[in-house]
Amino acid sequence: MNRFIEIKELVKLYYGHGFFNRMRSAVWAVDRVSFGIDRNTIFGLVGESGCGKTSLARSLLYLDPPTSGNVWYDGTLLGNLSTKELRFLRKRMQIVFQDPDSALNPKMRIQSSLAEGLINRRFAHHERTERINHLLDLVGIQPAHSQRYPHEFSGGQKQRIVIARALSMEPDFLVLDEPVSNLDVSIQAQIINLLLDLKKEFSLTYLFISHDLNLVAYLSDQIGVMYRGRLMEQASAEEIMSHPCHPYTLRLFSSMPSEQTATGEPDEIEPEVSKAEAIAVSHGTCPYADQCAIGEQSCSEAEPEMKEIGQGHRVACFKV
Amino acid sequence: METGENQLLHIKDLDVSFEHEQSTAHALRGIDLSLNAGETHALVGESGSGKTVTSMCIMGLLSVPPGKVNGGEIYFKGRNLLTLSETGRRKVRGKEIGMIFQEPSKYLNPAFKIGEQITETLILHLQVERKKATEQALELLSLVGLKESKRILKSYPHELSGGMKQRAMIAMAICCHPPLLIADEPTTALDVTLQLQILRLLLRLNATFSMGILFISHDLNVVKEISDRISVIYSGKIIESATKRQLFENPKHPYTKLLLQSIPDAKKRGTRLKAIPGMVPDAEHIPAGCSFHPRCPTVEPGCKYEIPPAVDLGDGHKAACYLTGKR
Amino acid sequence: MDASETDIEAIRTKLGTDRPILTQYVQWIWKVFHFDFGRSMISGQPVTELIFERFPLTLSLALLGMVISIIIAIPLGVISAVKRWSFWDYLGMVFSQIGMAIPSFWLGILLLLLLSVKVKLFPLFGSGTFKHLVLPSISLGVARAAVLLRMTRASMLEELSKEYVITAKSKGLTERMVNYKHALKNALLPVITIAGIQLGYMLGGAIIIEQVFSLPGLGKLFLFGVYQRDFPLIQGGVIFVAFVFSFINFTVDILYSILNPKIRIS
Repeated sequence: MNRFIEIKELVKLYYGHGFFNRMRSAVWAVDRVSFGIDRNTIFGLVGESGCGKTSLARSLLYLDPPTSGNVWYDGTLLGNLSTKELRFLRKRMQIVFQDPDSALNPKMRIQSSLAEGLINRRFAHHERTERINHLLDLVGIQPAHSQRYPHEFSGGQKQRIVIARALSMEPDFLVLDEPVSNLDVSIQAQIINLLLDLKKEFSLTYLFISHDLNLVAYLSDQIGVMYRGRLMEQASAEEIMSHPCHPYTLRLFSSMPSEQTATGEPDEIEPEVSKAEAIAVSHGTCPYADQCAIGEQSCSEAEPEMKEIGQGHRVACFKV
Repeated sequence: METGENQLLHIKDLDVSFEHEQSTAHALRGIDLSLNAGETHALVGESGSGKTVTSMCIMGLLSVPPGKVNGGEIYFKGRNLLTLSETGRRKVRGKEIGMIFQEPSKYLNPAFKIGEQITETLILHLQVERKKATEQALELLSLVGLKESKRILKSYPHELSGGMKQRAMIAMAICCHPPLLIADEPTTALDVTLQLQILRLLLRLNATFSMGILFISHDLNVVKEISDRISVIYSGKIIESATKRQLFENPKHPYTKLLLQSIPDAKKRGTRLKAIPGMVPDAEHIPAGCSFHPRCPTVEPGCKYEIPPAVDLGDGHKAACYLTGKR
Repeated sequence: MDASETDIEAIRTKLGTDRPILTQYVQWIWKVFHFDFGRSMISGQPVTELIFERFPLTLSLALLGMVISIIIAIPLGVISAVKRWSFWDYLGMVFSQIGMAIPSFWLGILLLLLLSVKVKLFPLFGSGTFKHLVLPSISLGVARAAVLLRMTRASMLEELSKEYVITAKSKGLTERMVNYKHALKNALLPVITIAGIQLGYMLGGAIIIEQVFSLPGLGKLFLFGVYQRDFPLIQGGVIFVAFVFSFINFTVDILYSILNPKIRIS
């Protein structure tokens, strides 16, 4: 286990409510996912809504502990830690979410929001102020504005503040769950550049979750494709862009808007089964079988394993 | 400037503002936009640029206090919509101009079945009998790719998936076969694979019925899929207008150029994105002169005083910048 | 003259008060499940009989009061919201302010004075005909109408600001269809729930109003029971009222789930 972050057979189950439901439809939000992230790299996790990427992020950080499976952080097995030890270690792992409005307390001045983490780490008052000003400067917010409330800032600025707050803990690892999806296009580029600068300066490692393929393709070193709780394909960014293998990956990439509709293909209709039902049912089979362009009967009868087909390129498909 | 019989929609110098207690937000500062019959025209802009205000104005759905149309004309099939009475405008809505919106779960009435939400429009505008209207509704649902049309007709919105809801909303909007459909960010809330399906559907409808589409979006990539022409709106003014090809291969306005450069994609790996510094100005504090000048890398002293007029660069390509034509 | 020791003992044994509290309580609960509330200490009649004799009157009063409050509040609330800042809106707001401020019994007395004494339009007291119920139910209904009106207005305003209203307008539907078909249907849902629960409060309010109008309903019964320390009656009354209230709430819940398509499915 010499990778910085290692995840093995991670599972997160959500049970139905009620006595009778408990036995039946458990939703496999994260279904035995395994991958590793090297230090100082960006791992991009792509998938559509309901694929489990957010559940994975939360389980990984033990914010919502996984049902089973192992997570190693810099060699330490998180499952073995006591609550206190976990809390201590967690300072090194931070998360940035999509919506800065729900991440920032609207009643707290941003100075206070940023100070919280520092107070926990027992910094003296003047040192805290210094650090806060430094952080704000880093993310491009004027330190003079630290007495303002969140609603006085724009969306992009709020997201910068959230990033500053994550950095106040001096983490090594940052999970970014759709950090720019709510922002305007011209602001997105600013935040992306900021994230890259920070990564360089502080030698950070990122798990970057997004549904925006272009963005993930631009940023990531490694890319993982998730579908209905399972990791379907994983490879380096270059490899996956040049040789995508899994049928779902192919479908995703071909859906990226950029002049394809001239093909005159019919606009297919997605199956009328709710996502939760689909996830519940697909355990034990290939989850993509019912929509797969090259799927066969046998694909619905067993689960494909992740196999290595090239330089670190793994795919879970029977037909590859 | 194309004049012509096949000009379906022609917006001329439209000026709209919103008056609040302390300040006035100048949402549209004189925009020009033309759409021919059967053409797909994309209106691209970031939030606060005025694109939604434009669509609301065409439909006559602007909330009139605090909104106010200060000037300009909106010609639809030759008639200026702004001179019509409310009844006149209402007759155009739904019948001649249809509209679809961004989040179908919010924009569909949860208390009525899908069928009812389609047939009521047919009955109102086309005076069709209920039975016939139901038949037509079923046809429409199949037309937009919903195979289980009978079941969906009798379903409530919350029983359908996101993609299905969006298709249902499209069926509702086109039920009277309007010559113009306004699509306000219809794919923004959808997954990537669904997005493509909906775009294809819209193009199919456009081809089959020669239905003009005014497609509003902030996503240049999506717009590339669906448009013949593109108008870029910034701070209430159209700063560039061109065919798809012209815009992507040869953008003229600095904002358009920067916007295209700032969009990440695989080809730009390893390079730094050219982000546009600063923020989109809010409608209450618009910079003087060219509203983009505080953020423009090629700004010159003259840009701060007068609003640059649209320069015709030939072949229908226009850009509102003092520096076009010089390079 | 005081009662003698033996007499007191005899009554104690008869009433069962000489046994430990816990035993008494358990016995009483047992009886309640068999709908036996015991007998009134004063009249000797079974409490259940007494209650059911008078319940219909109180119930009709409460129902009528509810109907009146709905008739006043809902249309006025809806129009207030649709025609904001118009005459109707101001009327509605003024009405709801006044309605919430005045106690129902005060209104009852006022109505009596005006319409039963000065102008002999309605009977002064007694029961038996519909005319006897008119004034009391108006007093009850008006007070609650104020609250219902505010709720209706708020609910309607909220629905009118929702996105599906924009869609409805964009289809070219008339203002009438948009307001009274699309928005109203959604707005009424929470209002109906509140209106249903109102019935429970009406029953409570009825008790006071019955005093004002000398109606022989449950109110009088329980009130005298309290004055006379008629324990079985009081206990029976409390249980009965609690039961009725729960029943009303339960029915309203069921009604809500029938009307709300989103809940119906699951």
